[in-house]
Amino acid sequence: MTSRLYSYLTLALVFLFLIGPFVIIVAAALSGGETLAFPPQGLSLKWIAKVFEVESFRESFALSMFLAIFGTLAALVLGVPVAYAASRYRLPFGETIRTIVSAPIIVPGIIVGLALLRYLVIPLDVSVGLALFIAHTALILPYAVRVVSASLDNLRSDIEEAAVLLGSSRVATFFRIVLPNIQSGILAAFILGFVTSFNQVPVSLFLSGPGVRTLPIDMIWYMEITYDPSVAALAALLAFLSISIVFLAERFLGFSRYV
Amino acid sequence: MSDAAYLDLSDLTLAYGKTVAVERLDLPIRKGELIALLGPSGCGKTTTMRAITGLLKPASGIITLDGKDITRLPANKREVGLVFQSYALFPHLSVFENVAFGLRLKRLPSTEIVKKVEDGLAMVGLGQFQGRKPAELSGGQQQRVALARSLVMQPKVLLLDEPLSNLDARLRLEMRTELQRVQRESGVTMVFVTHDQNEALALADRIVVMRDGRIEQLGTPEEVYNSPVSRFVADFVGFENIFPVKDGQLQTENGLTELPIPLSAQTTGLAWRPNMVRLGEGRFEGEVLGVAFAGGTREYLLKTPLGPIKAEMDATAPAFAPGSRLAFDLPTERAAVLDRM
Repeated sequence: MTSRLYSYLTLALVFLFLIGPFVIIVAAALSGGETLAFPPQGLSLKWIAKVFEVESFRESFALSMFLAIFGTLAALVLGVPVAYAASRYRLPFGETIRTIVSAPIIVPGIIVGLALLRYLVIPLDVSVGLALFIAHTALILPYAVRVVSASLDNLRSDIEEAAVLLGSSRVATFFRIVLPNIQSGILAAFILGFVTSFNQVPVSLFLSGPGVRTLPIDMIWYMEITYDPSVAALAALLAFLSISIVFLAERFLGFSRYV
Repeated sequence: MSDAAYLDLSDLTLAYGKTVAVERLDLPIRKGELIALLGPSGCGKTTTMRAITGLLKPASGIITLDGKDITRLPANKREVGLVFQSYALFPHLSVFENVAFGLRLKRLPSTEIVKKVEDGLAMVGLGQFQGRKPAELSGGQQQRVALARSLVMQPKVLLLDEPLSNLDARLRLEMRTELQRVQRESGVTMVFVTHDQNEALALADRIVVMRDGRIEQLGTPEEVYNSPVSRFVADFVGFENIFPVKDGQLQTENGLTELPIPLSAQTTGLAWRPNMVRLGEGRFEGEVLGVAFAGGTREYLLKTPLGPIKAEMDATAPAFAPGSRLAFDLPTERAAVLDRM
């Protein structure tokens, strides 16, 4: 009986730890006061409305969306063939390739960001936007490869041979047979990549320059100057966006199978 | 016979990396024949089949089909069909689209595709399932779809990988009849791979018994069943009593036993099925070690100077009790004469 009590207590603490900050942010976002504070002073939607009026939020939101969407697409264009090759052929150095591809997961973002800044942006004079795009693509690539690999491993390779024996070329077989059967895996990889990119801070922190900031960086920057609850309002909105996406993905794709 | 061969495998060596799976195989197959590749797993039968499809490139040797050398022809241009053991249906396509897949690649007019698919599905008795997805069909139905999908392409050779092994006993008989009918009606040359001698005996016009990447025996079901040429084949088709012969004599514990019939010099062994052993009279004597009732028959295990012998007798005959000694005979005129032990 006591062991049961302890497990409930542990569970409650875990939930408090995970969900507590979220509750605080949402409460702060709905505050009627002038500064970021908890407990909120009165209730109001005015800070939520203000989020949409701040111009830098609109710009950085657009940049973050652009990076999340096109960075993920680029990562998929690179990652799907890698995943396919890794699952269907015994590649020489296959294990090495897999390690290199998943390096961005293991290497701290700060190092990736610093390295890209020092050796890409500064010496080659690459524009900040392009550097961010390259960095986000590289960061999403390991997730894309992993998730797509999981769904390729579930797809029997003999259906590809069957297609070939019915007259299909290898390339046509990939597009007609393989792709349609891994599309939910690809969609899952897209969602995971999108969320990863959208929430990415350390790498973007190094690469963001004047006037070019991703949304999370812009929020940090905004807070340093203006200490009003609109950052909390924005954070709450983003959290709801992320949660809805993942919830829908779980509901319709069984997202957790892939991640 | 090689001149008349429609599908001819000649001096074929197949390997996975450095592991040789099939070595210098010669196999001529006539048009319209139903051939079984029979053997235990690892004997090279599936490898041979994959080489015919083109999914595996031979290390050396030549494959000709319908007078053309297809050794270097890619798999998608060979006009060879394969029904996979796992059926390999396309899970995202309906039954209709599965069967239409190859026809669409040929860019046939759509009316012709519809007609061919409908005919194909009707031939395997699945006309009413066109709109279903493979996952909504039973194993037997999926196999029929796979069969129809290959047949509508009118392949020159249709290969089947263990076509009956995934089906239950009743479906197996049904599918066996079905395959024979399809083969009769379409006249397609068929090669199927199996490890089950009953399947091979019941279906094939000729059986290729394979062992360790070589052909052990090639013959009609009657030849293979009644006259196995080697110890391996004899054992495989149920000759459970196999004894070496030296200088025309059977070897026993007490030396050699003269045989009543002269044997050719190359004979190295004789083999008998359990039901060929005559109990109660004869030249040999043994002791009953065990007896088991098996419905229509009684099975005996005897201890004899030749070694252990399995015998089978009609259950209506009086039984011999374990421990009793009895005379028995191995009728030489019924024995399978083995060239290789």
